[in-house]
Amino acid sequence: MSPLLKYIVKRFLLLVLVVLIVVTITFVLSHIIPGDPARLYAGPHARFEQIQKARAELGLDKPLWEQYTTYWIRLLSGDLGMSIHTRRPVTQDLMDYFPATVELTTVAMAFTVILGILLGVVSALHKDRAPDHASRLYALTGVAMPVFWLGILAQLFIGHSLGILPISGRVDTMVELFYPTKRITGLFLIDSLITGNIPAFISALSHILLPALTLSFATLAIVSRMMRALMLEVLDQDYIRTAKSLGLPSRLVVYKYALRNAMIPVITVIGLSFGYSLGGAFLVETVFDWPGLGRYTTDSIVTLDYPAILGVVVLTSIVYVLVNLVVDILYAYLNPKIRY
Amino acid sequence: MIRHSPLTILGIGVVSSLAILAIFAPYVIPYPEDAYLSIHPERKLMPVSFEHPFGTDDMGRDLFSRSIFGTRISLQVGAIVILVAAIVGVGLGGVSGYFGGIIDEAIMRITDAFLSIPSLVLALAVAATLGPGLNNAMAAIAVTWWPWYARLVRAQVIQIKQELYVEAARAMGGGKLYIIFKHIMPNSLAPIIVNASMDVGYAILTAAALGFLGLGAQPPAPEWGLMISTGRKYMPTRWWYTTFPGLMIFLSVLGFNLLGDGLRDLLDPRIRRKGRAKR
Repeated sequence: MSPLLKYIVKRFLLLVLVVLIVVTITFVLSHIIPGDPARLYAGPHARFEQIQKARAELGLDKPLWEQYTTYWIRLLSGDLGMSIHTRRPVTQDLMDYFPATVELTTVAMAFTVILGILLGVVSALHKDRAPDHASRLYALTGVAMPVFWLGILAQLFIGHSLGILPISGRVDTMVELFYPTKRITGLFLIDSLITGNIPAFISALSHILLPALTLSFATLAIVSRMMRALMLEVLDQDYIRTAKSLGLPSRLVVYKYALRNAMIPVITVIGLSFGYSLGGAFLVETVFDWPGLGRYTTDSIVTLDYPAILGVVVLTSIVYVLVNLVVDILYAYLNPKIRY
Repeated sequence: MIRHSPLTILGIGVVSSLAILAIFAPYVIPYPEDAYLSIHPERKLMPVSFEHPFGTDDMGRDLFSRSIFGTRISLQVGAIVILVAAIVGVGLGGVSGYFGGIIDEAIMRITDAFLSIPSLVLALAVAATLGPGLNNAMAAIAVTWWPWYARLVRAQVIQIKQELYVEAARAMGGGKLYIIFKHIMPNSLAPIIVNASMDVGYAILTAAALGFLGLGAQPPAPEWGLMISTGRKYMPTRWWYTTFPGLMIFLSVLGFNLLGDGLRDLLDPRIRRKGRAKR
């Protein structure tokens, strides 16, 4: 086995272990709930027998270990149980709500990476001059701003005062009425584009800009600082000095030789930032009325819908671990210096 | 050392003024009765004025008084959460790093599992499970925070365990407890303090986020996140309702951040030298 393959297998086994513990943690959590889910499921005016029936229906009358094994068996067959508030399979709910969150976090991550690298390079090239000071100030304030507050401010200034961008929802209701988007992937930007639905694409794009920018505000600041430091380090290397002394145009030296090498470690932050964005998306979705997992979760919380909450936690952590796995493998692949 | 860094001074300034405000809040705020439940229909949702520098809320309460009083809640939350997380983390991380082997393996895999759930999602789930309320929110945040300290402390302990002076102490017949408390603990403290001082700000931020989602402090508590959540209903015309509590969160996170940065430069001479050379 090649060392890279060995590394991937090892990481994959670790992933399985982590998922095992995560599911156990969430299962334990869901069973120390103070409220009675069966009572909630049966409704406010249910009689004793109806509550008992609901309890049996939800499997809550069985011993704990039995509930735990059933949960696992069901989980492995993709069944996360019935949601108490939507009364639909949780898996189906997640499939409906998850694409919106994926779309939002992906666009936010794209902003984070592209703008963060750009800002980092600019401040490294203008070290200790105005652009660098400005970006330092931004980095300092960017991570300290509550993302939900930032979203509200963005709605106030850019949405209301300037009236440039829409402030809630995924797509304009009129556009959805006249140019309905065919659901293929659930990602409106992609669906509208591949079906050639230009009005819907424009509407979806204008709706995602504000929430995605809000969500990327803090991670962008972190990436830009890291990129600046890496860029300065690389620009100090001998091979850059050699390239410069050979008379290569500085643009070529910066963008071809320095940038490429400086960018590799940035990949590792992307994995971490993704987790942050996934959590932040829950808040941003609430502010911008974005129909994703965040909204589904807030609704689930109100109704003590623990199969739903459990499903969200299991899903987000698996996605998070997978993304980090991909990031680490990519890093190992791109950087020949790393030891597995 | 501190004198050369204006940002550190700013951080110390912000944090100490917040602390003073928190301690003396009931005596310095202009309308102490507005901190919790009081209703003044005659001055509902008034804009920023001389009498009400931050305006008033939907119950006619003075938002300046409430925002200042909120410092009390948030600083307490931040300090308690990080203290609990650090104690649990230091304990588990220390055991893990010092003894190694199967204990280390078990603790670290559990730590990995906790870290592989996005922290806000985990905090949300735990807070939802325990039910809304400030104490439960604090417990939820502490649950998501200890693994970071466990990792940090473990790395520190493993490194220090191999230092010459520890080996010397062992060679001279020093007992385990003696080595742990006399050598390992004091030397691994600096990064923990640096991290803790920064994390207080982020814990405040997380608590406000939970408050915003309705899982943290409950009305009529003057908690910043909760105030923003209520104020959102009166946007965009009553902009002051959400703006000022948010500004308070921003200021405290910024303050603790700068303080942590400054402390790192002060407490860890190795990083300082490296940082200097690079800059």
